[in-house]
Amino acid sequence: MAKIPVTIDGKPLEVDTGKTILDVCKENGVEILTMCHFEGVGDVGSCRLCLVEIEGINKLLPACTTKVAANQIIKTNTERLKKYQKITTELFFAERNHVCAVCVADGNCELQDLGYKVGMEHVRFPYLFPKANVDTSHPWYVLDHNRCIMCTRCVRVCSEVEGAHNWGIKNRGFEVRIISDFDTPWADSTTCTSCGKCINVCPTGALWPKSVVQGQLVKNPKMVSELVAKRKMNL
Amino acid sequence: MNRQELATVNEQYQIRHHAQKGKVRVCCGTGCVAAGSEKILKQIQQVAKDKGIENDYDINMSGCMGACTQGPLVRITPENTIYEYVKPEQAEKIVEEHIIKKQPIESMILFHGSREKPFVNTWEDPFFKKQHHIVLGGRGEINPESIEDYIGGNSGYKALEKALFESSPEDVISEVKHSRLRGRGGAGFPTGIKWETVYKYVSDQKYVICNGDEGDPGAFMDRSVLESNPHRVLEGMIIAGYAIGANKGYAYIRGEYELAVKRFELAIKAAKKAGLLGANIMGSTFSFDVEVRIGAGAFVCGEETALIASIEGKRGMPRPRPPFPAESGLWGKPTLINNVESLAAIAPIIINGGEWFSAIGTAKSAGTKVFALTGKIMNSGLIEVPMGTTLREIIFEIGGGIPDGHAFKAAQTGGPSGGCIPEKHLDVKVDYESLMEVGSIMGSGGLIVMDDTSDMVDVARFFMEFCMDESCGKCVPCRVGTKMMHDLLTKLCAGQGTLKDLQRLEELSVYVKETSLCGLGMSAPNPLLSTLRYFKNEYLAHIDRNKTLEGVSHG
Repeated sequence: MAKIPVTIDGKPLEVDTGKTILDVCKENGVEILTMCHFEGVGDVGSCRLCLVEIEGINKLLPACTTKVAANQIIKTNTERLKKYQKITTELFFAERNHVCAVCVADGNCELQDLGYKVGMEHVRFPYLFPKANVDTSHPWYVLDHNRCIMCTRCVRVCSEVEGAHNWGIKNRGFEVRIISDFDTPWADSTTCTSCGKCINVCPTGALWPKSVVQGQLVKNPKMVSELVAKRKMNL
Repeated sequence: MNRQELATVNEQYQIRHHAQKGKVRVCCGTGCVAAGSEKILKQIQQVAKDKGIENDYDINMSGCMGACTQGPLVRITPENTIYEYVKPEQAEKIVEEHIIKKQPIESMILFHGSREKPFVNTWEDPFFKKQHHIVLGGRGEINPESIEDYIGGNSGYKALEKALFESSPEDVISEVKHSRLRGRGGAGFPTGIKWETVYKYVSDQKYVICNGDEGDPGAFMDRSVLESNPHRVLEGMIIAGYAIGANKGYAYIRGEYELAVKRFELAIKAAKKAGLLGANIMGSTFSFDVEVRIGAGAFVCGEETALIASIEGKRGMPRPRPPFPAESGLWGKPTLINNVESLAAIAPIIINGGEWFSAIGTAKSAGTKVFALTGKIMNSGLIEVPMGTTLREIIFEIGGGIPDGHAFKAAQTGGPSGGCIPEKHLDVKVDYESLMEVGSIMGSGGLIVMDDTSDMVDVARFFMEFCMDESCGKCVPCRVGTKMMHDLLTKLCAGQGTLKDLQRLEELSVYVKETSLCGLGMSAPNPLLSTLRYFKNEYLAHIDRNKTLEGVSHG
């Protein structure tokens, strides 16, 4: 693969063309915060945590969907970006009803980890406390909208990897919700294969198996990433 | 039809036109139709028949004439008189006095109430005199549902003929570049450069998309253009297809615009029948087809990547750019997306040359711009002015000023993505850069005038509510940020806000502007930022109201 020169956080690098800024940063040990990104499914650039500054471009661009180009000067850790990452994290927490103390994912939650990483001490914006339902109709799994952050990993893994297309999105703006089929209870879905991929890719305690209690959830995200990698190698 | 046949249709139109004594045109734009103009048209036709003059005059509908408050409007040539607030029962009077006795009825002429002496030739009225009709060319003259009217009365399909038989795609692109036309959807990207970019991508398939998903509150430019002159937009699309090497086009029109959809579909049908659309257009080797796609009511689908997703049958949500649609658009193919108004300007540019268009307007913004003038203004309606016209000229000379003895407070341009311009900047020239300097944007052409009764914090709250409701919910800053800002603004309006809330608002507005995924979120804070810039005292007054515990509810 042809190499091109780029500079990331002041460090000159030779990187493969055709890769995303996120890939290149990972390969070179530059940590980029992500939430909607998940190894093995397509990127949508919606969480805005991976935004980077690129010299000569007046917009901030998501590292996950932007390809590297020759001679780019990329900054990933400016004060401005850190400030925005923190606000994004605060908005995640303020948007729905995230109560770690009663959550199955407590201690094993990507949103919780994010809070620590950006140094969030408290949320400065008013909590919105929306009314959100819990779908416990499925015999094995639960969907708790209170803990959903709309990263849409479940939607993408279901359509791109499992091919079932059970998950979708309804409404818009602040009212968006993940739906099963045409907004039916999960148990009534005619497309869900109960494969459990969505459970394992969900970053929070929004999707979980009924077999666990508070703080006991252990996810296996590699289940999906490794499957996708094996498929790519035709194994 | 081939070139010869096109010329024949034109000739026949001219012969008929000269044989008749004049035309009676009844405005059948949405506004006038709603006010009952179709009935008036039938009535005038009936009266003319009764009096035996139906063959002397061409009595038919026309597109929007522009003075929408005064509708229904009836225009009679050759005198060029426009009558306002016409009622079906006045048909008799108009035919009898104006057409037969040749005595224009002064008490019914457009704007007779506010002029010392009404203008019998209404194009001389100040409302029209400062206007320059290019995109709205043929206004009040051609029947939008007749391809013959377009060909004969508006040099229709001449530009297409010139492009197909006398120019190469490169020539067409160079002409558009020379015109210095910039995207009329609001962002102002040079149209010619966009065309050239798509042209340069090599692909087995390319697409042209006409963006008719106009959604700004108070804006009705694209709607009027599509309703009044659908063939002009269609011709622009075909020429664009020829220039960039596409043979398929989509017109994405807002679902609420029933009349626009109907007339555009009629235009497609007529053009296909005439061989001006479809395989081997006018006998050339170029083929191009157009389909209409109807929007389902999402404002965000005016954003190009969301619009593309919607055409593809997906949920209308934007995706990050790059890649831009020029490289990877509809179904991953190079795609040209232009706004209705941009496409409507193409035919005149090809006929008259880029230099001609470029000579109108200002150094950086060439040509004319259509505005939908609404709000607290005497003469609301649809106008087209050269770039560089001042806001004062538009509001006070064309628009006739503020009604009911109130004072001007602010003009809002660019809808929910734009800003409010205060009185001290009334002399700002209307062009892309100048409007940006004063904290607003050109936008697609909505111009809402506000008088001294408007509460500017409430105005900001209104637009934020709009953005909050229309956010697709994909990215965090727009989905949660607009909701937060809306709640804070509502709190301020209720007299319960604090200085800390104001600080939070300022912080959020910069954050949402810089981090949102698409233009909707990026520009959502603009109305807030511009009112904060010019009317901060009103924000502080709301906070003071809270401090003194006087304010109970916001009226």
